[in-house]
Amino acid sequence: MDRIDFGRKYIHLKGPVKLRLDVRSMSVTAIFLAAVLALGLFSLMVGTLKLSIVEVFSAFSGELTGLKRTVVIDWRLPRVIAAIVFGAGLAISGAIFQSITRNPLGSPDILGFTSGSYTGALVVMLVIKSMSFTTIAFGSLIGGFATAIIIYLFAFRNGTQGFRLIIVGIAISTVLGSINSMLLLQSKAEVALTAGAWGVGSLNGIDWYHVLPGILLVLVLLILAVIMNRPLREMELGKDASKSHGVHFERTQFLLILIAVALTAVATAIMGPVTFVALAAPQIALRFTNTAESLAPTAAVGAFVLLSADVLAQRMIPGMILPVGVLTLSLGGLYLVWLLFHQARSTV
Amino acid sequence: MTASKQPKGESEKVVEKKMKPITALRLQRMIGLVIALFLLLAAVFLSLMVGAKPLSFSVVWEALFSSVNSYDYTIIHESRIPRTIIALAVGPAFGLAGAVIQALTRNPLADPGILGVNAGAAFAVALAVGVFSITSITSYIWFALVGAFVATIAIYFIGGGAGKKSPSPEQIVLAGVAMAAALNGITTALSLINSRAFAGMLNWRIGSIARKGLEDLWPILPFLVIGLIVALAIAPALNAIAFGDDRASSLGVNVNRMRILGLIAVTLLAGGATAIAGPIVFIGLMVPHCVRWFVGPDQPWIFLYSVVVAPLILLLSDIIGRVVMSPAEVPVGIITGFVGAPILLILVRRRKVSSL
Repeated sequence: MDRIDFGRKYIHLKGPVKLRLDVRSMSVTAIFLAAVLALGLFSLMVGTLKLSIVEVFSAFSGELTGLKRTVVIDWRLPRVIAAIVFGAGLAISGAIFQSITRNPLGSPDILGFTSGSYTGALVVMLVIKSMSFTTIAFGSLIGGFATAIIIYLFAFRNGTQGFRLIIVGIAISTVLGSINSMLLLQSKAEVALTAGAWGVGSLNGIDWYHVLPGILLVLVLLILAVIMNRPLREMELGKDASKSHGVHFERTQFLLILIAVALTAVATAIMGPVTFVALAAPQIALRFTNTAESLAPTAAVGAFVLLSADVLAQRMIPGMILPVGVLTLSLGGLYLVWLLFHQARSTV
Repeated sequence: MTASKQPKGESEKVVEKKMKPITALRLQRMIGLVIALFLLLAAVFLSLMVGAKPLSFSVVWEALFSSVNSYDYTIIHESRIPRTIIALAVGPAFGLAGAVIQALTRNPLADPGILGVNAGAAFAVALAVGVFSITSITSYIWFALVGAFVATIAIYFIGGGAGKKSPSPEQIVLAGVAMAAALNGITTALSLINSRAFAGMLNWRIGSIARKGLEDLWPILPFLVIGLIVALAIAPALNAIAFGDDRASSLGVNVNRMRILGLIAVTLLAGGATAIAGPIVFIGLMVPHCVRWFVGPDQPWIFLYSVVVAPLILLLSDIIGRVVMSPAEVPVGIITGFVGAPILLILVRRRKVSSL
């Protein structure tokens, strides 16, 4: 017997990198990634200017030049990449928070981190009047952390007590939402620009210059999250058990919260508050894989959810591009209602 | 012997203490109500005085009781009187709707805003404006009422009201917030698709009582008045429902009839008020609670006080909204969210203490 039976099928990688890969998780990840790829290609092809798949590929290889290349590489590609990367980032952020709070509802959008990050970004944009990505991202980070501290003070003290944490989050989201509306109202020009979107996240009008630093940052954070995945799983055993397994509990928890808040903050700095991806993606992944051991399926599902929501938002109403946040809000809200309905019936 | 006597004397004293205040309590409640009415009157005058152009009391008085054709006269009659009257009509409606829901569901966190009833009405109005191009309030009031009704029923079922085991108050709140979020998302989408129809409704979407005239109030008023009468009529029976459904029916209360009447009252009050002022949140949560701290758990009194205190708080919030960013105005819905959310926090924390 050189293998342990884990009750699930695993592939063991030997050699310089030793890895144990869960077959089901990997296949779910692969399926969702394939779907993301197909959807991404589709998204590059369709629009006001319709292109064939051959044209899209030749635009990549550089054979196609002129307007068509500009449309694919400079206009449509950043949007698709942003949807994929930020979707994955939000999903991982949600997964980390849900694991730390041990509550399927403990995601950054419900707890108010998203609103807090947006408040920070708005203060930078409208009060300090700076439009550079670095300062906006910085403001958004500070907003996110300030919210985290407030929520910690109100709810975390004696451990997170289920629904109380959520209600505290809702109350704080409401206050922050009021502040956001007030900030937007104060500056009339900004209101005109964002009047429609009204603080719902959107990928409209995104270009490489604005989006590239954010994408790189999220990728770095995702790698950090993958490295921290092992202690995260250990922490789910509880404080004492994980400590006995050699996890430095407080430091690890702090680092994980740092990563999760930063993921939300960066995505929010660029898109605005896109809600419910962080809430739903980890749960969808869990339903498919039946295990939360790896973060990869969650990331793939998150990318798929945000990309498909964005494609739908662009195509749903002819001649009109909806902000993607509206779609995730509507669908995610319905999902949450269903989740609660389900919970109320099944749990004791 | 003396030792055994003393406790007896003490217990008699306790009984006396409990018995005596009934008249005293009634007096205290009466005096409180009168004071609240005076405060409301003061708030009304304050509301007429404060704004982008502050007016003195004498100017307001003059404009009210004599017809001078001045600029100030126009401001008061065209802008400040209408919004004050709307606050006086809408405030009691939101406050009472909250009181009724809290009493019916025995849930201290219930509020038509939090539970998504206002969002349901707002969504239905958006549907009427955006899809059916109905812009007159006499037509879309029906949409608002249906929306409020459906949302109330939905919350009732999601909350497991018909099931055997009832979920915790927090769970119901969460279901309401989720539903409100989904409805808000769709409302936003509708307003984006047909942005021209919604051009004048941006403030309404947040909740605002600033209106040019009173024409829009008249068609709503009958609904609000009927809702008010129904709510006050069932108030004594709701005292019995506080003991639980079984004991209430053994006390001779027809629980199901009270439920239906309560549902009708909430629909009329929250739906009607939302149709004119938009989905204003937290008034229905705060007011019954603040009032309960003062009058104790007696529904008829809570309802009466809510009718007076809710417009007071709404007017004060509106006045704050006019001052904080003067000369620009902040819609009252934002201010109530700002003031109300901390109260929700306090309530959640208090509940924990009391459950220990």
